[in-house]
Amino acid sequence: MDWMIVLAFISQMVRISVPYTLAAIGGTFSERGGVVNIALEGILLNGAFTCVLATHYTGNPWVGVLAAVAGGVATASVHAVVSITFKAEQIVSGLAINLLAMGATRFFLRIIFGSSSNSERIAGLPEWDVPVLGDIPVLSTIFSSPLILATIVIIFASQFVLFKTSFGLRLRSVGEHPEAADSLGVNVSRVRYAGVLLSGALAGLGGAWLAMDQHSFTDGMSSGRGYIALAAMIVGKWNPLGAAGACLMFGAAESLQMQLQGQDVPTQFIQMIPYVATVVVLAGFIGRSIPPAADGVPYEKERQ
Amino acid sequence: MSSASEQSRRFQAARKLAGVIGVPAVAIAAAFAAGAVFILAIGESPVSVYGRLFSGTFGNFYGLGQVLFKATPLIFTGLSVALAFKAGLFNIGAEGQLYIGTFAVAWVGFTLSGLPGVLLVPLCVLAGAAGGALWGAVPGYLKSRFGAHEVINTIMLNFVAIALTGYFVTHVYFVPETVHTQRIAAQAQIPRLEQFWPVFKGSPVNVSLFLALGIAVAVYFFLWRTRFGFELRALGLNPAAAEYGGISVGAGTVLAMTLSGALAGLVGVDFVMGYKYYYEGGFSSGLGFMGIAVALLGRNHPLGVVLAAFLFGALSYGGLVINAVVPKELVEILQGIVILVVIAGTNVFGQLAASFKRGRPG
Amino acid sequence: MSPPPKSGTDSPSIPFLKMEGISKQFALVKANDCANLDVNRGEIHALVGENGAGKSTLMRILYGLYRADSGRMYLDGDPVELRSPADAISLGIGMVHQHFMLVPPLSVTENVVLGSEPLRAGVVLDLKGAAERVKELSETFALAVDPDARVEELSVGAQQRVEIVKILFRGARLLILDEPTAVLTPQETESLFVILRRLKEQGKTIIFITHKLSEVMEISDSVTVMRHGKVVGDLKTAETNTEELATLMVGRKVLLEVEKGAPARGETVLELKDVHALGASKVPTLRGISLRVCSGEILGVAGVQGNGQTELVEVITGLRKPSSGSLRLLERDITGLSPREMLKLGVAHIPEDRLKRGLVPAFTVSENLILGSHFRPPFAGRLWLRREDIFENARSVLRRFDVRPQAPALPARSLSGGNQQKLIVGRELSRDPKLLVASQPTRGVDIGAIEFIHRNLIAQRDRGCAVLLVSADLSEILSLSDRIAVIYEGRIVGTVDSTQADEKKLGMMMMTGVLAKEDGNGAGES
Repeated sequence: MDWMIVLAFISQMVRISVPYTLAAIGGTFSERGGVVNIALEGILLNGAFTCVLATHYTGNPWVGVLAAVAGGVATASVHAVVSITFKAEQIVSGLAINLLAMGATRFFLRIIFGSSSNSERIAGLPEWDVPVLGDIPVLSTIFSSPLILATIVIIFASQFVLFKTSFGLRLRSVGEHPEAADSLGVNVSRVRYAGVLLSGALAGLGGAWLAMDQHSFTDGMSSGRGYIALAAMIVGKWNPLGAAGACLMFGAAESLQMQLQGQDVPTQFIQMIPYVATVVVLAGFIGRSIPPAADGVPYEKERQ
Repeated sequence: MSSASEQSRRFQAARKLAGVIGVPAVAIAAAFAAGAVFILAIGESPVSVYGRLFSGTFGNFYGLGQVLFKATPLIFTGLSVALAFKAGLFNIGAEGQLYIGTFAVAWVGFTLSGLPGVLLVPLCVLAGAAGGALWGAVPGYLKSRFGAHEVINTIMLNFVAIALTGYFVTHVYFVPETVHTQRIAAQAQIPRLEQFWPVFKGSPVNVSLFLALGIAVAVYFFLWRTRFGFELRALGLNPAAAEYGGISVGAGTVLAMTLSGALAGLVGVDFVMGYKYYYEGGFSSGLGFMGIAVALLGRNHPLGVVLAAFLFGALSYGGLVINAVVPKELVEILQGIVILVVIAGTNVFGQLAASFKRGRPG
Repeated sequence: MSPPPKSGTDSPSIPFLKMEGISKQFALVKANDCANLDVNRGEIHALVGENGAGKSTLMRILYGLYRADSGRMYLDGDPVELRSPADAISLGIGMVHQHFMLVPPLSVTENVVLGSEPLRAGVVLDLKGAAERVKELSETFALAVDPDARVEELSVGAQQRVEIVKILFRGARLLILDEPTAVLTPQETESLFVILRRLKEQGKTIIFITHKLSEVMEISDSVTVMRHGKVVGDLKTAETNTEELATLMVGRKVLLEVEKGAPARGETVLELKDVHALGASKVPTLRGISLRVCSGEILGVAGVQGNGQTELVEVITGLRKPSSGSLRLLERDITGLSPREMLKLGVAHIPEDRLKRGLVPAFTVSENLILGSHFRPPFAGRLWLRREDIFENARSVLRRFDVRPQAPALPARSLSGGNQQKLIVGRELSRDPKLLVASQPTRGVDIGAIEFIHRNLIAQRDRGCAVLLVSADLSEILSLSDRIAVIYEGRIVGTVDSTQADEKKLGMMMMTGVLAKEDGNGAGES
């Protein structure tokens, strides 16, 4: 019977880590290109909201997923314009977008659904019947979810895009040494835009997961996940696979915390794990994590 | 010669003035204009909503009291962020620092309850500052020792602080069935303004407002009249020149983050000693982040911070005033837009000024 | 971009590259003034000149980074117009920048293909194929580049070879190397020369920027000399010699007349023994400096820029920690002390870059005037700044050093360059230092200010201060110094009495690191 508990734990861990992973990989694309993206939190939230909205009006959850991606891209585009075109402070831009997303989703939640806490219930995505994997007890719930399967594909596809395609090479180079990329005719702004918008699409998809998982939108439902994703991105050393690994680790911690709830164990210390891990890794105590060299630095062409 | 220098001085002054007032003014106007679109979208009249917002906040003493109450913690966090900014550091950790500081205020307030007020009040205030200072010093030290960026570390330490205080308030010091601690001793509680001016009746604005204003003056004097303030400003403006002038970059970083944290920790004086009289989990909900907006809008100057805190205080109370007609979240949208326009505008303004200068002969 | 093809005939009388009447004006300086450059196919063409002579600007125009205000360019006799580096690359022009344009965490192959990536199936990077090509190029030109190595793990010399591969990968016919040897050790320089010869054999044309004349003589076929934005000489290397080139480079400058008496040399104030230090890019830059400065004398440090002057000054002022060796100030060991401790011991410093180090431009004039003394009386007590004293000090320094406008409350950035420099000089001299380290004290200031600053440096000497003067301006060194030490590749290669020095002799030492034979006096330490 014990292994059923283990499987249930694994299943919960995976489900928890899905939105983290999508947002963390999104953040990886943005920051590999040199744009710090603290707006992940707001993108998750907006993605979840547009997903619910679209599903609510069309009745089709797939349209909702597309809307989440579009909502994420739209939110990220604000960040891109402010931080790439206007060369403004990227961190503040991200924080402001988070504030804006919080306010706007609440505002429209009340206008559209007449509630300050949650939306009406929406239809979820259908479950898929996957051969072999779908026959594993308990874990079958993982492999029947289209979004989880998509996430698994995205993890490996992202790793591939970042390290095996010319876009990935250009993205990494504009995040490390934009002058060098520029000197070889790479359009730094355009590549950075692509990175930020991609992060919007992925984190928006993460928002779709949140909405679909709960079949509704609730106020502030991202609840800090964007920041955990940021932490996972750092602990994962700005690699999609690494980020996904860190997300699973954080998901495991959170899952453990849920199991222990109500047993008078101080779960707060488990809650701290992602954050403390990040601080430790950044300080270089365990395998130092070094951000892209031009991360957060607007690119100014030096031409006379 | 003298007329040319006079002219350039005037140009400088005008440019500075335009930068200090122009960008925030444009940002506020843009935010209200964008807000008007939202209001129109739901079929209300912007004029009447904004009229209500204004009359409900600055139109009567009760409203004014509420605005001042909302502004008080924002002055502390705004000063916190501004002071770090002056030293070239970005403290996103005011949120965590204020949690630790506020808890420390309450802890001293209920633990040392045997002490007389004349001792306990200053001790509580110091505890708040010390708690915040400690939480600010950590990322300062990590930066100067390991080169770890303070932005990420302060974000992470926010969550650690919230979890840590959460642990205290759910497992160690709590009143059963609640998420708050026991009350602090009566002699540690500070008076509300309604006790002196009955017109403020019903508003929890308290004398910590004067502490906030006093601290703003103190920050001004610290930055511009003391040698340590001189060092921090030099570090913020030109670290290479500061180093050349015998200023230690590492020590300055730790000092700035420590002081910044201390300022954020003083939020507890308002919340615990003047408002609730106990510590409550999750009480802040973004005061520290709002401090970043306040500091930005206030141009990192104590006077600007105070004014910006009043504006943001008015907006957050104003949200409640208009809530019957328009969702109060409208003000969060306004605040977000103000910040975005300020940061984008500052850069555009700087470029405009530079091209204007280049265009001039000579 | 490229012109309509005209005659493709390859007449030997048409130079491969012809730049004609190139002028380029920046805000304050005329960087290129009607410069002409002819480069023949398959030759190594050296472009020499002092710092600021306009070499880099001319090459940046050739590479499409800058656009000339006027002038024409021809490649193979055809007029060309370059709007961006992409245009230059497509015409077969490649450039190795002085600061490498490499992305450190990427592999050699990734760096090489960036911007023109070969693809498989339209999306996948063909790194394997590219690596083959890198290997091939590496073998053809004896570059010894490992395609799979990560750039950040390579030595500076190897990184430079990656830059060369990068250019060849794009099919360059004309290679511009901007001071390639400035960052290399002598051994690395030798192997670079082997590569350059190999490239030449394979028909590539090379423009080689340098200010080391020994290298010009060793590697080039012809040489163009620039001075003050103009081309002042165009010679065949075989028909010239280092003396002639040195004279052309430096020119016959009118010595600024500075009135000064004989030095009243006193006790030793500063003594450096075998000091080593790393430079900005962690390469050994000071390699055993020994020197001594006495009170009442000015020791001039002459040398071509980039031979360790910056690091020398930083080590003496505490801004850079020496890796070995010792420093003594008035018999006291000061090795590794902090800048503040140095300031307290009476070391004043006029830094080479006033906007980077010397001033906080946003600070007011009076605030800038206390930078470095802001922590002690009379300007500060334990906590408070003393505003009256600070203001009084500003007024008196501004008056004494004739800084205009005399407005202590103005931000320093609103002053002109010359007045900013006087502000710094005034601040440092009013400390009444025991040792004054003056680095490029008159760079970029007008004649009037130069004279003023010179008079004040002499006055410091006469009141018994030990002055270490570092300048790229040889005439400044000659007219102010009592003794002159020549720095070359991180060492002092000779010290001469200024009465026995002249530009030619110093120029030779600066550019070749060798003391002229007839004068054996005081090589190494003095």
